[in-house]
Amino acid sequence: MSGGLDATLVVRRSEAFRLELRLSVPAGRTVALLGPNAAGKSTAVHALAGLLPLDAGRVELGGLVLDDPAADVLVPAERRRVGVVFQDYLLFPHLGVLENVAFGPRSCGIGRAEARRRARSWIARLELDGLAERRPRDLSGGQAQRAALARALASEPDLLLLDEPLAALDVTTRSEIRRVLAEHLRAFAGPRLLITHDPAEAFLLADEIHVLEDGRVTQSGTADDIRLRPRTRYAADLAGTNFLRGIARRGEVDTGTHVLHVADHEVEGPVLVTLRPTAISVHRTRPEGSFRNSWPTTVARVERLGHRVRLLTGAPLPVAVEMTDEAREELGLAPGSAIWVALKATEIGVEPDTAATSRAP
Amino acid sequence: MTLAALGIALFLLPLVGLLARTPWARLPALLAGDVVTDALRLSAVTSISAAAVSMVLGVPLAWLLARVDFPGRALVRGIVTLPLVLPPVVGGAALLFALGRRGLVGGPLEQGTGLLLPFSTWGVVVANTFVAMPFLVITVEGALRNMDRRYEDAAASLGADRLTVLQRVTLPMIAPSLVAGLVLSWARAFGEFGATITFAGNLQGRTQTLPLAVFVALERDRDVAVAISLVMVAVSLLVLVGLRDRWWRAT
Repeated sequence: MSGGLDATLVVRRSEAFRLELRLSVPAGRTVALLGPNAAGKSTAVHALAGLLPLDAGRVELGGLVLDDPAADVLVPAERRRVGVVFQDYLLFPHLGVLENVAFGPRSCGIGRAEARRRARSWIARLELDGLAERRPRDLSGGQAQRAALARALASEPDLLLLDEPLAALDVTTRSEIRRVLAEHLRAFAGPRLLITHDPAEAFLLADEIHVLEDGRVTQSGTADDIRLRPRTRYAADLAGTNFLRGIARRGEVDTGTHVLHVADHEVEGPVLVTLRPTAISVHRTRPEGSFRNSWPTTVARVERLGHRVRLLTGAPLPVAVEMTDEAREELGLAPGSAIWVALKATEIGVEPDTAATSRAP
Repeated sequence: MTLAALGIALFLLPLVGLLARTPWARLPALLAGDVVTDALRLSAVTSISAAAVSMVLGVPLAWLLARVDFPGRALVRGIVTLPLVLPPVVGGAALLFALGRRGLVGGPLEQGTGLLLPFSTWGVVVANTFVAMPFLVITVEGALRNMDRRYEDAAASLGADRLTVLQRVTLPMIAPSLVAGLVLSWARAFGEFGATITFAGNLQGRTQTLPLAVFVALERDRDVAVAISLVMVAVSLLVLVGLRDRWWRAT
């Protein structure tokens, strides 16, 4: 059983940019660093992996100090038990999947035959059977991701870092691959750190989220903490997407207060529903047309976002809706106005709620 | 279009001229002659040796230039690439002043080891390497610079030390450029004339490579010159065709 990660990272990348981050990830938990580009997420990965020395702070993994500039301790990358799934995966293009996965064990001094045996077992575990001899360029995005995960895990690391593990995938396959990734993450006993700019990814895969902006954590908490009480403009924009939890059954999702019709009839059980604020339309009277979802409600609040406005609706299903200010004026909307909201079933994103299933007994 | 055609003609005409002048009937006998077989053997040995030495010394040099930031790096790169623009005769003369019997290093070298480079086969290899290695250094340095270094980070994160990273990731990933650099430097060594004749002389069987043999034969027996030229064209074409897949596709 491996221990947790305790780290205080201080890295100066330039005069203007400085990363300052405190992280504590217990074994068996997934923490997400969620932030925009250039927030310092990859710097954090490099510092933890030993590819970039700290300027100050300390990295401790399972009771072992890996980096402590004050005490002049720096364990180099190749001697750290840290597995990394890199952005774009970085599978060695000149090696097949088997040799890629066997690379870690081989580098740690294990003989060729034994390293291959271990690699085969990871290939089987990550459902890559039959692809052992394939070159990375001949793999699909999902297969490459699993191969990268197998390669990281084959060294039997004490910490798993995932740097934008889904960013390289196209949108249509992403949610299925995310579900598979969630399963494999749960099988890893040590601490896991997920780096992402995609709130859905953080909300679905992580137990705890740190929002990282400009090298600093601006908010920490669970998905709900950040969604319901965003503290910065960036977090509020992330939270602008409506995330709802519910139970799916035969094309309907019951949120507890309202039932939504969704396009996906396959998914069953706890789900996370995403509604883009721009996909929801607002009407003064009952809307006609092909909307599978419409319900009467009231305008609870109006927020300005430059030329756009965000309406927050009232019961039975509070959601955020975005429209232009002109549209709002035309409809004469103000807090208290009686409205109908409508959206198509195809505009509703439905993901199995992996956080809920992992918490279930 | 006309200019392009003129350009093609410039390259094509000498080949046609050579083929037109070839004494096809006498060719086997000419090629079997002493001078030709000696020169062919010597050229094979020295050009391959020069390419090998270029690789052994040139890869670490390319790595140093591409990866290590040290003061005077630009100067070192300039010195390394100088033979590309230097007239080979000047290069040969410079080698003679440095490594000849009365040279800066050549004298002590002969006294210490008994090795005298000028007018020896080793001298040919040194002259060839001098003019050929820059091609390898430049090709490999470019590849090392352009390579995505994140793969090396990935290898380190998997527990590979620097030597393992170099052997199992860096060199295999730049293999196409390594091969291209090797072939380019070999081709340059194979065709080397000026530095060789200046530094190593023109002794049949010892320092007289194919280009030198052509030069001598032009004075004595034109048919022999043509025959040797034909061999060199054939070998060069063979190498170009073999290289085409790796080099032309990569660029």
